[in-house]
Amino acid sequence: MSHTADAHHDHHAAPSGFKRWLFATNHKDIGTMYLVFALVMFFVGGTMAMIIRAELFQPGLQFVDPGFFNQMTTMHALMMIFGGVMPAFVGLANWMVPLMVGAPDMALPRMNNWSFWLLPVAFSLLLSTLFFAGGAPAGGWTMYPPLVLQTGNAFPFLIFSVHLMGMSSIMGAINIVVTIMNMRAPGMGLLKMPLFVWTWLITAYLLILAMPVLAGAVTMLLTDEYFGTSFFNAGGGGDPLMFQHVFWFFGHPEVYIMILPAFGIVSQIIPTFARKPLFGYESMVYATASIAFLSFIVWAHHMFTVGMPLSGQLFFMFSTMLIAVPTGVKVFNWMATMWRGSMTFETPMLFAVAFVFLFSIGGFSGLMLGITPADFQYHDTYFVVAHFHYVLVPGAIFGIMGGVYFWMPKWTGHMYNEKLAKIHFWLSAIFVNVTFFPQHFVGLAGMPRRIPDYATQFADFNMVSSIGAFVFGVSQLLFVYIIWSCVRGGEKATTAVWEGSHGLEWTVPSPAPHHTFEVAPEVP
Amino acid sequence: MRERFRRIFQGAVYGPLFFLLGVSTAYADWELNMTRGVTPISHDTFDLHMIIFWVCVAIAVVVFGVIIYSLYAFRLSRGAQPDIAMVHSTKAEIIWTLIPIGILVAMAIPAAETLIKIEDTRAPDVTIKVTSYQWKWHYEYLGDANDPFVKSNFGFFSNISPESNRARQLGSGIDVFQVDNYLRDVDKSVVVPVNRKVRLLLTSNDVLHAWWVPELGGKRDTIPGFVNEMWFLAEEIGVYRGQCAELCGRDHGFMPIVVEVQSEADFAKWVGENGGAVGGGPAETPDVVEGTVAAAATGGGAGSAEPVDMELSFDDLMARGETAYLTNCSACHQLNGQGLAPAFPALAGGVITTGALDAHLDQVLNGKAGTAMAPFSYLSNTDIAAIVTYERNAWGNSTGDIIQPSDVQAAR
Repeated sequence: MSHTADAHHDHHAAPSGFKRWLFATNHKDIGTMYLVFALVMFFVGGTMAMIIRAELFQPGLQFVDPGFFNQMTTMHALMMIFGGVMPAFVGLANWMVPLMVGAPDMALPRMNNWSFWLLPVAFSLLLSTLFFAGGAPAGGWTMYPPLVLQTGNAFPFLIFSVHLMGMSSIMGAINIVVTIMNMRAPGMGLLKMPLFVWTWLITAYLLILAMPVLAGAVTMLLTDEYFGTSFFNAGGGGDPLMFQHVFWFFGHPEVYIMILPAFGIVSQIIPTFARKPLFGYESMVYATASIAFLSFIVWAHHMFTVGMPLSGQLFFMFSTMLIAVPTGVKVFNWMATMWRGSMTFETPMLFAVAFVFLFSIGGFSGLMLGITPADFQYHDTYFVVAHFHYVLVPGAIFGIMGGVYFWMPKWTGHMYNEKLAKIHFWLSAIFVNVTFFPQHFVGLAGMPRRIPDYATQFADFNMVSSIGAFVFGVSQLLFVYIIWSCVRGGEKATTAVWEGSHGLEWTVPSPAPHHTFEVAPEVP
Repeated sequence: MRERFRRIFQGAVYGPLFFLLGVSTAYADWELNMTRGVTPISHDTFDLHMIIFWVCVAIAVVVFGVIIYSLYAFRLSRGAQPDIAMVHSTKAEIIWTLIPIGILVAMAIPAAETLIKIEDTRAPDVTIKVTSYQWKWHYEYLGDANDPFVKSNFGFFSNISPESNRARQLGSGIDVFQVDNYLRDVDKSVVVPVNRKVRLLLTSNDVLHAWWVPELGGKRDTIPGFVNEMWFLAEEIGVYRGQCAELCGRDHGFMPIVVEVQSEADFAKWVGENGGAVGGGPAETPDVVEGTVAAAATGGGAGSAEPVDMELSFDDLMARGETAYLTNCSACHQLNGQGLAPAFPALAGGVITTGALDAHLDQVLNGKAGTAMAPFSYLSNTDIAAIVTYERNAWGNSTGDIIQPSDVQAAR
């Protein structure tokens, strides 16, 4: 008995050194590790993007072999999606969900530790393939067979690391669902939860439903390669297209996994700085749920050109167009939240407003891509590259950056340098457009994606795009510096931090103590 | 370089302006919009694209206009008081759900109509089977004795042009702006008649590819083991260029497509020259007359129509071999013969290329099972003789062997 009591006391002792991190079970420590990991991966993937844009600066091959170029595009996507955006969102959820619902920690702290530590293992395995003879995977992050089966020695590493990433995501998602369902403070009804919690709850269900499908798809690739099966080999009675159907059944929900939490963040930030409650809270919840449902019945719009039956094409075109309705509801609600507010434009608000504009542009091009006949021209061109970078960079990543600036005073106890942060915002917002807007033009003019070299009529816009990318990339060093200096010191943050802040997370001191809400708070 | 930067500055200023004004072709170097193309389907597609584009612009003007006005009018620094009672309006929610649904239904109807037309591949005038390879295209015209144009099957490979292929090598030192139609030119184009429905049957020999010529409207994937269909009817005589649009490995960026739309008379003449008008028997493509030795090395046709007793000099074989090697072999084994470990072995100092001649010829003709080395027996005897001679005497290989077309014929 006394032993148990001792163990209980140990739980409250402050661990130190590397053991604090390696054996971490505290949601704030794990959240911090997720965020730092995501930042590192953001720079690894960003470096690959710089190599891609350097090669595309001019037509002709100047720097890299076409095979290496394909490794860069493939790895850039894997790093940014699975290493950057998703862990960043999980990190934000780890930090903020318990604080927002008034829980003392995540529901499953040891599993939380494991889901984080799988990630460095997975990405070390994947990145090590860059040094293999034959190089890293180069068949695209979509891993379409038969091309991906030509990968060579990196192939099993790719599959295994995707499995590990999937395990990590599923465990993280289960943890979030259990925390939200079971650990809300008394009085925190479901329809009282902050929208960030709502969007993450729905995202977590998407993860639990979608990630096992990806695991199944890549496992079938593995058995096709090594165990003589023919799931995707027409010669053995299989079908290469089945992989695409299974992959995109995961892949389209994945798209929303990467944007719904950003919707949540923006829905926290805009009311705070408009000093006015979120307009249409319940319709926001229902719109998020509708988007999540629709995300499972639109997958084949990623593969209109494979030669589906007419009826299939019509179904996927109509269902895809429907997504514009709930997405529009969200944008209109943000618009109405700003209307007759009293706005100030601190950096989180700047990122949130830029999000609304630029994500909408990505939404418009998405609507265009949903028109099947037009997609026959757009498909696999730079128009698509422009589209998904608009929803992922000024969409997901601006959401993350806005969230970091919004909550960083709560994490560190210091205000960040507002002046530098605004410079960071303006550099990012301007050059993300210089980078990606011209890609709409070259795509419409006929430049396919995933090519290391291009016909000379595309030269000028590619040079503009590369210049934009270099400046955008370098600007992100400023982000690191701002975070670093905010951790080190700065103006003391108040408990509420922002004048218009609202919610439980703003009732704990800044910095948030290691343990919060050991006694459940009163929900007003 | 300075000139380029100046043009880029101009483009950065004028580009968005022209785009907004819809003056897409006003500034040719800065092509901003989708091509209208030369087929009824590409016209319909372009119209759909422009309608949905303007719908998006209209929505953007309204939504962004309201937000921009809010950003100006409702700021604390202007003394705006927040209206904290404004949290919900069922009426507004219904309006901004129903209006988008109405717009979408209005869009869906013409889109569905066009889609139904695209999928109607019935009653073609010419049918071409397109087979994709890493990294080239093969076209086979399907003939019929009753067909007005193509009486019997004939086919050929279409590779990237040697000029583009040389210039696109890493560190080639060639200014690609001086190469005509850089990366958009082939050694042998597909030729089709104007105002005739051309149906393509698409399949692949290895991985997924996609056949796309923007002016002909839309693209379609080629899938190993399956046959896809698409069709086009070009209304204007001309040369239309495109390229592979589905990632297919290392040289995905280097498999262009060129379609020449010709008058019916010219097309019939071209078919005759290429063997399709000859009645009966499997057609062979006559190789180009010897003499312009290097230029003839195109991989353009199987070689039994070529005289096998022809003797070529070592220098001629090496010159032709270099070009044919560039076209057919360099994607994997590299221009410098160093290969790409581990999948593609080096030929410089290689076991096969410096070993027994019979084994070398056998490998080129029949490929090697279980590896990426494909059989190249479809090349002409002259091309294979030139390639093997070149491989055995280039990059420091010095067997001194001279292989003649007759040797290749004997090894077949």
